[in-house]
Amino acid sequence: MGRSWLSHPWVLGLTGVAAVVLLWSALTASGAVNPLFLPSPAAVWQAGQRQAQQGLLLGDITASLGRVAAGFGLSAAVALPLGIAMGTNRVVCRLLEPLLGLIRYMPAPAFIPLLIIYFGLGELPKVLLIFIGTLFFNTLMIMDAVKFVPHELIETALTLGGRQGQVLIRVITPCIAPQVLDAYRINMAAAWNLVIVAELVAATEGLGKRISMAQRFLRTDDIFLGLIVIGLIGLAIDLSFRLLMRRSCAWAN
Amino acid sequence: MHLHVDKVSKRFGVGSRAKLVLENLQFSVDTGEFVALVGSSGSGKSTLMRLVAGLDQPSTGVITLGGQPVRSPGSDRGMVFQKYSLYPWLSAAQNVAFGMELQGRPRQEVRERTAYFLEVVGLADAARRLPRELSGGMQQRVAIARALAAEPQVLLLDEPFGALDLQIRESMQEFLHGLWRRTGLTALLITHDLEEALLLAGRVHMLAPRPGRIVRTVEVNLDRSNLRQLRMTPGFLALREELADGLRSLDPGLEALARAA
Repeated sequence: MGRSWLSHPWVLGLTGVAAVVLLWSALTASGAVNPLFLPSPAAVWQAGQRQAQQGLLLGDITASLGRVAAGFGLSAAVALPLGIAMGTNRVVCRLLEPLLGLIRYMPAPAFIPLLIIYFGLGELPKVLLIFIGTLFFNTLMIMDAVKFVPHELIETALTLGGRQGQVLIRVITPCIAPQVLDAYRINMAAAWNLVIVAELVAATEGLGKRISMAQRFLRTDDIFLGLIVIGLIGLAIDLSFRLLMRRSCAWAN
Repeated sequence: MHLHVDKVSKRFGVGSRAKLVLENLQFSVDTGEFVALVGSSGSGKSTLMRLVAGLDQPSTGVITLGGQPVRSPGSDRGMVFQKYSLYPWLSAAQNVAFGMELQGRPRQEVRERTAYFLEVVGLADAARRLPRELSGGMQQRVAIARALAAEPQVLLLDEPFGALDLQIRESMQEFLHGLWRRTGLTALLITHDLEEALLLAGRVHMLAPRPGRIVRTVEVNLDRSNLRQLRMTPGFLALREELADGLRSLDPGLEALARAA
């Protein structure tokens, strides 16, 4: 029926994106909207080329990515043992779950003033913001994954002569790997949000900083560029996690 | 090796809400014997299996294996669960090797024994496949191979074929019987299926429900040279019917079950 190309998972998604870009081009070309409020795609592209030539784009991306990598890396590294401890040990769980449940509902950006008072305007408060904003979600999601490991899998290992440590390393860890990667993928979006928020408040470089500067000079083309770059990098990170999951946890698909 | 369950009772909960699940159970399994416990749901079958495996402790009484009291799970009592017990991220061969690796056996020995036990359960060709790529019957054969490869002194089978289709269940029963004859393993089978128990076990204990207790023990001496035919012989059917009546009279819930069957 000539419809087989439609069934490719990417075709419709790309069509949706293309439609929005086309609509955007048409709208700006018609002159109906003041270019100050809505720059054309071409103008945004030029803004991108300009920033790339000045070295701003790469510097901003590196700065933002570095903060995310440090803050989220730290969060992921702490959340894994903490989540496993909470999922396997009832005492640890009862001790920490109410606390984490409470802190989780405190919006991370509300910690910015405190972080600035404590640590000033450097890199540390930004990294810590990402750490605080993702640690509790990562931990609770990993804890849940551990709690959902089927009892039979653990008990089978015990009846085969396995000790607690072996159960942890050979049963629980591989069993939760797909959910852990998925938790990281989902919470990475929050990390990416937080780095921009932190940079909007105070930074010398970074994608968020560039956007807040552009606002001061009414450079909407730079704002659009920033938004699009942020979205594309986020998407790339998401896809990388999916790819990693498909490669390393083929059994779970 | 001698598995002995001595005056074992199990109670869940405390005080006025305590519920007696098993009452004064007493039986043994000698080396090379195949013993079955049959009972409906509520007869505490699986609870008993967990006690023997060491995953739970009896409230009173003691379970010994070779004279040693059972206090925790161990590789001397291999367990086959009803389902979902293969590691989904490991291939059939890796699942079979799993217990031996936990025991820290030499790599070469693990490899040889894995190949041998996959052969024993007729799955040498499926060695590299993941559990989800195997049928239910094949998965249970891998689980049995895994338990046997760890060299248990007694194999605990907790409704091992309960989740399988009838036809596959019958061929698995024949497979397990052949395995028992060939390897001389010692097995304790728990099932709700009277026919399964009579086909496989030399001694069948019948459990009454609420609380679970042994109400009758039958020594089964049948010609098992052809299991498929045995199912249909009048003697076997009569024995099964007689025992089924006995079980039903113990539990009104079973009557409905029998009518549905």
